[in-house]
Amino acid sequence: MISFSAVSKRYPGGQDALRGVSFTLASGEFAFLTGHSGAGKSTLLKLIPAIERPSAGSVIVNGQNIGALKRSALPYLRRNLGLVFQDQKLLFDRSVYDNVMLPLSLSGQPPREAARRVRAALDKVGLLARERANPVQLSGGEQQRLAIARAVVNRPALLVADEPTANLDAESAARIIDIFVAFHQVGVTLLIATHDQALIERYGKRVLRLSEGKLAA
Amino acid sequence: MIAWLRQHRQACAGALRKLAAQRAASLLNALVIGVALSLPAGGYALLANLQGVAQGFSFEPQLSLYLKAGVKRADLESRLRADARVARLRFVSREDALKELRAAEGLADVVAALEHNPLPDAFVLRAVQAEPAALEALAAALRALPGVALVQVDSAWAQRLAALGRIGRLALAVLALLLATGLVAVTFNTIRLQILTQREEIVVSQLLGATDAYVRRPFFYLGLLQGLAGGLVALAILGASLAVLNPGVRELAQTYGSAFQLEFLGAADSLSIVAFSGVLGWFGALLSVSKYLR
Repeated sequence: MISFSAVSKRYPGGQDALRGVSFTLASGEFAFLTGHSGAGKSTLLKLIPAIERPSAGSVIVNGQNIGALKRSALPYLRRNLGLVFQDQKLLFDRSVYDNVMLPLSLSGQPPREAARRVRAALDKVGLLARERANPVQLSGGEQQRLAIARAVVNRPALLVADEPTANLDAESAARIIDIFVAFHQVGVTLLIATHDQALIERYGKRVLRLSEGKLAA
Repeated sequence: MIAWLRQHRQACAGALRKLAAQRAASLLNALVIGVALSLPAGGYALLANLQGVAQGFSFEPQLSLYLKAGVKRADLESRLRADARVARLRFVSREDALKELRAAEGLADVVAALEHNPLPDAFVLRAVQAEPAALEALAAALRALPGVALVQVDSAWAQRLAALGRIGRLALAVLALLLATGLVAVTFNTIRLQILTQREEIVVSQLLGATDAYVRRPFFYLGLLQGLAGGLVALAILGASLAVLNPGVRELAQTYGSAFQLEFLGAADSLSIVAFSGVLGWFGALLSVSKYLR
């Protein structure tokens, strides 16, 4: 599903965020990506939807070489990915429902089918009762679950989440991870970046450990 | 295809919602565009009206030939009648001319003040050929005849009016071009601001897999709708201005015994103005989008 081989990323200015990273994530796998802050977790995750391009090496996602992808092909790559961003990137000018609707309306889904899928996604993360609310009115944990609902509404085979439990209390964090586990059980491939060691130990999944841009384990 | 149409409908509805949400700003923009457009539109309406009047006048190739004092009608008449370039001939004696003058509006007093008739005998003749060059040639030939004091090409002023109309139209085109540029600039800037305020939504949409076309579409509709609204405002301004001007125009026309008044633009012209304005708005959006959405 995801294959990194000898991937390096150097930002303009000479800072090396990733150095020779290689790993493969098979379809249906669940892996945590960890490391102290600045280790390159976010950079690695940004390479997958081609938000950043690799400076060297190759990144293959769903059989597509990210480094060689044309700009016009990016939307179609991203529609097949579920992305949960570190800063969530919710839109506060519209309701919970409309936030989840966005990925469907931009891919031109028929409205009836889209509405059904939005409700299903909200139901999965336990926010169906809040569909008319504005994201501002939601708690931190609820906002994170909303971001997840938006990420999965297109039914992606791969879900990538950057620090989805940051700034959440233990209970909210566990609830988030439980949602991910449920997706994993229905066959979704997951790659989740976190620095929460306790969480990683509790679930006993595969761990990719980044240290100063290199993969340690 | 259906999905494509649906996305257009959504983009259009979204743009309408945006305009409605920012009512004050939208109205101001439409007003700016409308005022700018009402100038050339008004000029065009004025010209169209004047042209209507000018068409009422005869463009007949008519010449007036005034005789020197003491020259007899018969001295020239046979010669003129024999001329193949003259289609029709009418003699106006100096007494008849004075009578006509006396009957003319506002001139009776002037005529009464005259001690003797200052007017010459004259022939009014119509030429076979209407081209200005042919008329001038004929006039020159007639001037050379003995006993002729003055030859006037009466249709010259009508040609001058037509030429004036052409200049007016040209000036109007220049004005329209300038204001159209202004309109494009206004839309360009509005759309630029709109893009900046929606930066977050645009970025998120792109991260979630929005195509460039999807991101740009609402802004095109925004420009188009704003342009159309501006066009309608321009027509409204024009209509209101004519309504204000017309009582005065009618009063003036009445003193000339005419029922003339300024008419509003025809349906086709009105539609063209609104459509033109819409296209300009769309174009402004295009420029803005290609500069600021990348």
